[in-house]
Amino acid sequence: MTPSYLLRRLFYGLLLMLGVVVLNFLLIRLAPGDPAVVIAGEMGGADEALLAAIRADYGLDKPVLTQLGIYIGNVLQGDLGQSFFFNQPVATLIGDRIGPTILLVLCAQVLSILLGVFLGVIAARKPNGVLSGFVSVFATIGYAVPVFWTGIMLIILFASVFPIFPVEGMQSVRLRDAGFMIRALDVAHHLVLPAFTLALIYLAQYARLSRASMLEVLGSDYIRTARAKGASERSVLFKHALRNASLPILTVAGLQFGNLISGALLVETVFNWPGMGRLAFDSILRRDYPTIMGVLFFASAMVVVANLLTDLSYRLADPRLRGKS
Amino acid sequence: MTEATTFKAESPAREAWRMFRRNIPAVAGVIMLTGIVLATLWGTFFYDGNPYEIVWAPHEPPGVTPEFPLGTDYLGRDIFAGLIAGGGPTLAVGAAAAAITMVIGVSLGALAGFYGGWVDNLLMRITEFFQVLPTLLFAMVLVTLFSPTLFTIAMAIGVVSWPQTARLTRAEVMKIKELEYVTAARAIGARNRRIIWTVILPNAAPPLIVSATLTIGVAILFEAGLSFLGLGDPNTMSWGLMIGSNRAYILDAWWPVTFPGLAIFLTVFSVSLIGDGLNDAFNPKLRER
Repeated sequence: MTPSYLLRRLFYGLLLMLGVVVLNFLLIRLAPGDPAVVIAGEMGGADEALLAAIRADYGLDKPVLTQLGIYIGNVLQGDLGQSFFFNQPVATLIGDRIGPTILLVLCAQVLSILLGVFLGVIAARKPNGVLSGFVSVFATIGYAVPVFWTGIMLIILFASVFPIFPVEGMQSVRLRDAGFMIRALDVAHHLVLPAFTLALIYLAQYARLSRASMLEVLGSDYIRTARAKGASERSVLFKHALRNASLPILTVAGLQFGNLISGALLVETVFNWPGMGRLAFDSILRRDYPTIMGVLFFASAMVVVANLLTDLSYRLADPRLRGKS
Repeated sequence: MTEATTFKAESPAREAWRMFRRNIPAVAGVIMLTGIVLATLWGTFFYDGNPYEIVWAPHEPPGVTPEFPLGTDYLGRDIFAGLIAGGGPTLAVGAAAAAITMVIGVSLGALAGFYGGWVDNLLMRITEFFQVLPTLLFAMVLVTLFSPTLFTIAMAIGVVSWPQTARLTRAEVMKIKELEYVTAARAIGARNRRIIWTVILPNAAPPLIVSATLTIGVAILFEAGLSFLGLGDPNTMSWGLMIGSNRAYILDAWWPVTFPGLAIFLTVFSVSLIGDGLNDAFNPKLRER
C-alpha cells in the first residue's frame, strides 16, 4: 500500500463529497418554488425580513454559479446553514446526533458480521446438513422482512412478554447523573434491541455469503494439505479457510454500509434512538431542508469513509493486492 | 436397438422452465404471489369493506367478530379491508420502481460495458457517486421535494436503486462482447445499436431477469418503508401506512401492525423464492451450493 495510492483514494473521496454538496445545491433549486422559501421551510413562519436575510446569506440574487460558489465555500468552512425549525446551526444539530448513529451502525455491522460469518462457517462444514438448510431459509426470510416491522415485533415481545430490555431511547432518565461506567452500561442495555434488529437482515446475508465462500475454499488443495499435516478442524476452518474466504465478505460489508445507514434511519425511528435518522425524519416532516441536506451530506460522508476503510482492509487481507493500485 | 439414440435440442429458456417447475420453493413462491396479486385485484369483489370507514369499536381483536376477521385498528377501521386495499398500491409501486431501476441500470450499464473507454469511465464515476448516497435517505429527500404521489415514489425508488443493476449489466456486456457470435454479427454488418439490443442483451438476460425479480422485492420493502415513515401518497391506503399509523398503539393492540407486516413479508418472500428459483434454473452448475 503506497502512500500515493492512499492519497489518490482520499482525493477521490473528497471529490465524491464535493459531488454531494453540488447535488444538495441542485436539489434545493430543482424544488418547485422560491429557493428562499424552500430553505426557510414550511414551519419556519418566514416573514419578508427572514427571506431577505436568507437571500443575502445564500447570495440568491447573484448568478447561479456564484451561488454555488458561495454554498461550497460555506460548507468548506463547516457552515451547513441554519435550521429554521430547530433554530440552531445544522452543523451543531448533526454534531449532537452523529455519535448515537455511528454507535448503532457500527454495533450492528460488527454483530452481523461476527454472528453471520460464524454461522456460515459452521454451516459450510456440512453443505447438506440441517444448519446449512437453516442458513439458506433464514437468509431468504431475512431479506424479505421489513426492518421496521422486525423492530416493532421485538418491541411488542420485549415490552409485554419478556421485559428485560428497554424498548425506547438511549438512556434511562433516572441514571442521567450516575457515574460513567453505569451510564455506558445503560446505553449498551438500550442498544441491544435496535442493534439486533438492524443486524438481523445483514446477519442472514453474511451467513449465506460466507457459507458459499467457505465451500469454494474448502475444496482447494491447501486445505487438504492443512488437514494432512494434522491441523485441528478448528484451525483448518477458522485459520486456513476463513482467511481465504474473507475477501468476498469484506467486499459485501463495504457495499452494505450505505444500506445499513438507510436501515438505521428506520430503526432509529422505531426505537426513538436519538441519532441522525430521527433527525432526518423530524426535519423531513417539517420540510426543514437545510437540516435534511446536512444529514444527506454527513450520511454520504460516512459511506465514503467506510468505502475507504474497506478498500484499505481489503489490501491488508490480501497481500497480492498490495503492490497494485 | 436399431435407432441411434438422439437428443432433442432444447432451447435454454425451455430448459430453465423445466428446472424451475421442479423447484418446489420457487413454485410455492409463484402460487403465493399469484394469490396475493389476485386478492388485491379482486378482493373487493368478495369482501366489500371500506378501509377508510370507521365500522366498529377501536381495537377489536381478530377472530372475535366474524364481520371483521382480522379485527379493527385504533380508529375502528376494518384491518382486512385495509390489507386488500393496501396491496394494490404497494405492488404497483414496487413493480413500477423495479421497471424504472431496470431501464436506467440496463441502459447505462450496457453503454458503459459496450463502448468502454471514456464513456465507461464517466458512467462508472456517476454510478459510484450514486452508490455513496444512502438510498432511503436520498429517496426521502426526493419524495419530499417533489410531493409524494405513487408516480414520484416509484421514480424516487428507481433513481436511487439503479447502480447495482448498472454494474451487473456492465460486467455481463463486457464478458459477452468478446464472444465470437458478436464478432460474427459485426462481420455481417450489424451496427452497434443492433448488436447491443439484439445480440448482447438477450444473451445477458438470465442474470438480469434474476436481478429484476430481486429488485421488485427490494422496491416493495422500500415503498413500505417510505409509507411507514408517512412519506407515501397520503391519498392511498398501503401496508406500510397501516403499520405507521398504528405504531403509537402497539402495546395496546398487536394485530393492526402485525397483519400488514406479514403481508409485506409474504409478498417479498414469495418474490425472492421466485428469484432464487430462476437463479438456480439459469445456472444449473450452482445448484449444489
